[in-house]
Amino acid sequence: MIAYIVRRLFSTVVVMAVVAFVVFSLLYLTPGDPAAIIAGDIATDQDIQRIHMRLGLDDPFLVRFGRWVGSLAHGDLGTSIFTNLPVAQLIGQRVEPTLSLTLCTLVVSILVAVPLGVVAAAKAGTWLDRAVMSFSVFGFSMPVFVFAYILILTFAVQLDWLPVQGYTNFRDGVWEWLRHLILPSIALGTVYVALITRMTRASMLDVLAQDYIRTAEAKGLAPQQVLIGHALKNAAIPVMTIIGVGIALLISGAIVTETVFALPGIGRLTVDAILRRDYPIIQGVILIFSAVYVLVNLLVDLSYVLFDPRIRY
Amino acid sequence: MARTADIGAAPAAAPAAAPRSMSPTWRRFREAFRRHPTAILGAAILIAMIAIAIFAPWLGTVDPQAVSPAKRLRPPSGAFWLGTDMLGRDVYSRVVFGARVSLTVGLAVAALSTLLGLTIGLVTGYMRRVDAVVMRVMDGLMSIPSVLLAIALMALTKASIGNVIVAITLAEMPRVVRLVRSLVLSLREQTYVEAAIAAGTTLPRILVRHILPNIVAPLLVQGTYVCGSAMITEAILSFIGAGTPPNIPSWGNIMAEGRSLIQIASYLIVFPGICLSVTVLAVNLLGDGMRDALDPRLARRM
Repeated sequence: MIAYIVRRLFSTVVVMAVVAFVVFSLLYLTPGDPAAIIAGDIATDQDIQRIHMRLGLDDPFLVRFGRWVGSLAHGDLGTSIFTNLPVAQLIGQRVEPTLSLTLCTLVVSILVAVPLGVVAAAKAGTWLDRAVMSFSVFGFSMPVFVFAYILILTFAVQLDWLPVQGYTNFRDGVWEWLRHLILPSIALGTVYVALITRMTRASMLDVLAQDYIRTAEAKGLAPQQVLIGHALKNAAIPVMTIIGVGIALLISGAIVTETVFALPGIGRLTVDAILRRDYPIIQGVILIFSAVYVLVNLLVDLSYVLFDPRIRY
Repeated sequence: MARTADIGAAPAAAPAAAPRSMSPTWRRFREAFRRHPTAILGAAILIAMIAIAIFAPWLGTVDPQAVSPAKRLRPPSGAFWLGTDMLGRDVYSRVVFGARVSLTVGLAVAALSTLLGLTIGLVTGYMRRVDAVVMRVMDGLMSIPSVLLAIALMALTKASIGNVIVAITLAEMPRVVRLVRSLVLSLREQTYVEAAIAAGTTLPRILVRHILPNIVAPLLVQGTYVCGSAMITEAILSFIGAGTPPNIPSWGNIMAEGRSLIQIASYLIVFPGICLSVTVLAVNLLGDGMRDALDPRLARRM
């Protein structure tokens, strides 16, 4: 077990090193001289030269990479070109809406998708199964922002039940906070629900064909007990895996969803940074999101022990 | 539609004359299409969309960039089938021309990433040394959510369709490499490959004659999914202002321009959105049909 965790941690470090290298290369390849940007419009060549010296911009690629990784280790993600504030601070200010949106979506999606998948598998071949599967194909094909606008037009503009856009802090009232998150979470969650439902159904169908399920039914257990206690528990590992991998969809989707619903989160920060060509922010965001993705999947891998006691790493 | 029927009819007419003309894979594709009418529907919609993109100038469109401030924000009518936008441009023409961008990007990314992925996957699957390094790089690239990676690459260069294609290809390719590599790793252990090696067949010949034919079909399925996902990514990039330049109408940037007008001119968002969703749905239906054809066992499950 310990050996496995160490090995798994090591491979995580390698992956993060590759991510850091890719992100740094992007920074290195960005057009324009950062020294000239920092120095401003009235700087002389000597000023720019001095900043080059101070920041070590003339050092070899690997030396600069090493120094950059060193500053990352100190929590320094660089400085925004546009606002001149530390990127870590800018991202920190925007964490709440993004975290609220993704966590809400994650929880609701799992609560909807897993039962849907179980029911579809239990009733395989019926109209219910076909309806669930058709929904999942549509979920995959409908881009987040298209569905988001359909929701806005229906529930905010036409029916006026929910706000069109905007965000309220959790501190300023849970109900208002939740009201502003309902439509964004539904829009963002649809693809994710489609993905998890498909995997739950497939995994359940595999397990339901096993001998021990027949045994469980034969000894007179209630169908629900067989489905939940025996089948779902054994079908959980692929479902957990897809929940972890699907985090990437949530992250990509959050950027778009925040744009559509004007949520002041990290996605919105990224989009503004693209329009202003504020590269350090873009790189910081990629680094953070990739780290989250890698860590979540590490935790998912380790959680397999909970579902299958036979796994002894 | 007619073409599908032709392909289906030809071997049936002369099954004995050309027994080797159709591989089992293709026969399975044909059967699956017969069993899955939705796959045929997908193919039909896709062909129609491609036709619309090619013949855009002759479909009652006007110059999609022609600005006429006097006719701003007209709702859909006989003169402007899908209304006009805030610069008085004809939305119908823009949506029809927008099909060109989506399909070009989707098909180009699918072709490029399968070709690149196939090449890299074949090499890494057969060379242990290269494999370790390349797969770590691919793992790293796959840990960056693909839309984010494409955004980062687009931020480096100026907005153009070519750059959009390159950026999305680089973001999609690692998954294709993984697929090809895993197929190669299992195929190289097959007895018939061992036999070929024992008979003294050279490596390039083994790859081309014995490995490649078994990869083509799954790669084709993967290619359709890449195509659908690339079209969505292109629309996302254009929608957030990091994709197709504003002087070329694409479904993503038409919607981006309508963003602030959602409450007064929702048609600016609804029509391109429907076109995008229907096209991606068509591609996915086609992909599902082909996947079921390849793996009948999977067909029941997924």
